[in-house]
Amino acid sequence: MGNWTDHLIVLPILLPLAGAALMLLLDEQRLRTKRAISIGVILTLIVVSGMLLQGISAAGFAGQPVTRTYLVGNWPAPFGIVLVADWLSAIMLALANLLGLAGLIYAMARWDTAGPRFHALFLLQLMGLNGAFLTGDIFNLFVFFEVLLAASYGLMLHGSGKARVTAGLHYVTINVAASLLFLIGAALIYGVCGTLNMADLATRIPDIAGTDLALFQSGMAVLGLAFLIKAGMWPLGFWLPSTYAAASPPVAVLFAILSKVGVYALMRVYLLLFGTEESPIPTFGGDWLLYGGIATIIFGTIGLLATRTLSRIAGYSALISSGTLLAALGSGEGAVLGAVLFYLVSSTLALGAFFMLIELVERQEFGDKPTAQTEPVFDDEYVWAPEAAGEDEVGIEIPGTIAILGGAFIFVALLLAGLPPLSGFIGKFALLDGLIGLEDQIPVSTWLLIGLIIISGLATLIATSRAGIDLLWEPSDKPQPVLRLAEAAPVGILLAACLALTIFAGPVMNYMERTGASLEDRQGYIRSVMSTPRLQSNGEGAR
Amino acid sequence: MEVVLSLAIGVLTASGIWLVLRPRTFQLVLGLSLLSYAVNLFIYAMGRIRVDAPPIVDGSVPADPAQYTDPLPQALVLTAIVISFAMTALLLVVLLASRGLTGTDHVDGKEPD
Repeated sequence: MGNWTDHLIVLPILLPLAGAALMLLLDEQRLRTKRAISIGVILTLIVVSGMLLQGISAAGFAGQPVTRTYLVGNWPAPFGIVLVADWLSAIMLALANLLGLAGLIYAMARWDTAGPRFHALFLLQLMGLNGAFLTGDIFNLFVFFEVLLAASYGLMLHGSGKARVTAGLHYVTINVAASLLFLIGAALIYGVCGTLNMADLATRIPDIAGTDLALFQSGMAVLGLAFLIKAGMWPLGFWLPSTYAAASPPVAVLFAILSKVGVYALMRVYLLLFGTEESPIPTFGGDWLLYGGIATIIFGTIGLLATRTLSRIAGYSALISSGTLLAALGSGEGAVLGAVLFYLVSSTLALGAFFMLIELVERQEFGDKPTAQTEPVFDDEYVWAPEAAGEDEVGIEIPGTIAILGGAFIFVALLLAGLPPLSGFIGKFALLDGLIGLEDQIPVSTWLLIGLIIISGLATLIATSRAGIDLLWEPSDKPQPVLRLAEAAPVGILLAACLALTIFAGPVMNYMERTGASLEDRQGYIRSVMSTPRLQSNGEGAR
Repeated sequence: MEVVLSLAIGVLTASGIWLVLRPRTFQLVLGLSLLSYAVNLFIYAMGRIRVDAPPIVDGSVPADPAQYTDPLPQALVLTAIVISFAMTALLLVVLLASRGLTGTDHVDGKEPD
């Protein structure tokens, strides 16, 4: 491991941790320094994840093995904790850090002064996300889940205020309970198999027999429950729309990927452990995912049509996106995986942009809405706040506010509804194509899913255009609001990423198909994790 | 031993779930604490119950796994204790903030009609 690029894998975890630790030493008045550190860290993270993505796809398309394993502390694979970067980790890392960049730039316009320690929490949340995408160990996954959740609790309450604290109380409670379920699941699995390393676990499943199998399955089911609470599957996702609606917009951007972490964990753990013919439980929980996902889409669609506020429309869109992913995962692995991943990336980017756009659109219609105001709870919680900072720091104003907002709004609505010509359409079309081509005899449940995907798109279109006409089209005698560059740019970044997905749909889809194939190739993953050699240090020969 | 431990876990879990389903925030915090105690004991029990066996291998004599208890669940439970302790502390702060802002200790921020 003499090559420095081998250590790239650990950077997405270490960098934000170091940045956040450094920021604790600075008081709140050093806002410029903090902003500079955050932006520096996130830009480096994007470069790092870009290099990982590039390295993996270059090796993969050249036919070489791509899965890179990093032995933390140089302990060999089943005993120590491993970090694993493969096709799926690389694309999720890139997605998370891109959303992080957008959220951070948006926050700099005004939101990062609304409460203390915003930047440190933001970086810690990114650290948790990156760690969850990289780890190859179930307990370590729990630890990174806790890191990202602990940071997200702080971010959820950022800005304080009644609505946010009440929604935050529910959010914290349900996630603490979910973490306890995670622990019960992990403990049961450890009790049966004696290991928590995912690759090692996969090799041991065929040997489980008798009553142990029932225990193992209940462990997996409890673990899956914890993931599904994150993903917001019906009936575990009632907390999601109100929480996402109450969070401040830059935080909601990160939350857009938070629910995808649950979907990621399901894909990673369940596709690795189940589905092989030699396993005693070849299909585990697939039907639950399918019907649960279908129920989630129905719930999300009804909620979407019933609600009149934009932030809730976004929350229900997040539910529909989760439901579509879960149902497609459950309907039949393999063939649709590539399309599932494409849809995941496209819908997450669109949701991220939507959460920022909502505040901009509503601000120009209603002025600052109540949740945008901040009220401190404790007298001493935010001392030395920078006075009215941010107002003139990023003060480049953009003309033609309405045109830009309206254009971006239409763009996002098309993405979410899955209408041509944008990437949302490509994702949904590939998904439908994969579902129809799955078998000769298409089961009724798949038809139901196909119908629901189309209906949910229609409902999204109805809901967004109704809100759009209300907020943007109707003439208003109010003066044109100010749109700052720092607020328009991140929306632009995410929409440009979606546009790039549309234009380079061929290569991207190719990448996603390979990712799907790599998830099916369980033996390849197991082999590369378990056979990673330890690093030989110079001192070792002398002992 | 097994009966005592499983009874303890069961009672803690049952009380915890009952308290979590109550409408007051303080009951919620207590319930989550009890649940986390139950889960910690459960993780511990998953390493199998051994009495009078050390978890750390003595390096001077050849190791025989049968003489030792499993150290890993003890390490896991330590992590779990720290995390659930921190989350309880955080939840207490949110509870106080919610009480201060809404003027009630109901979990929904308003009394039911």
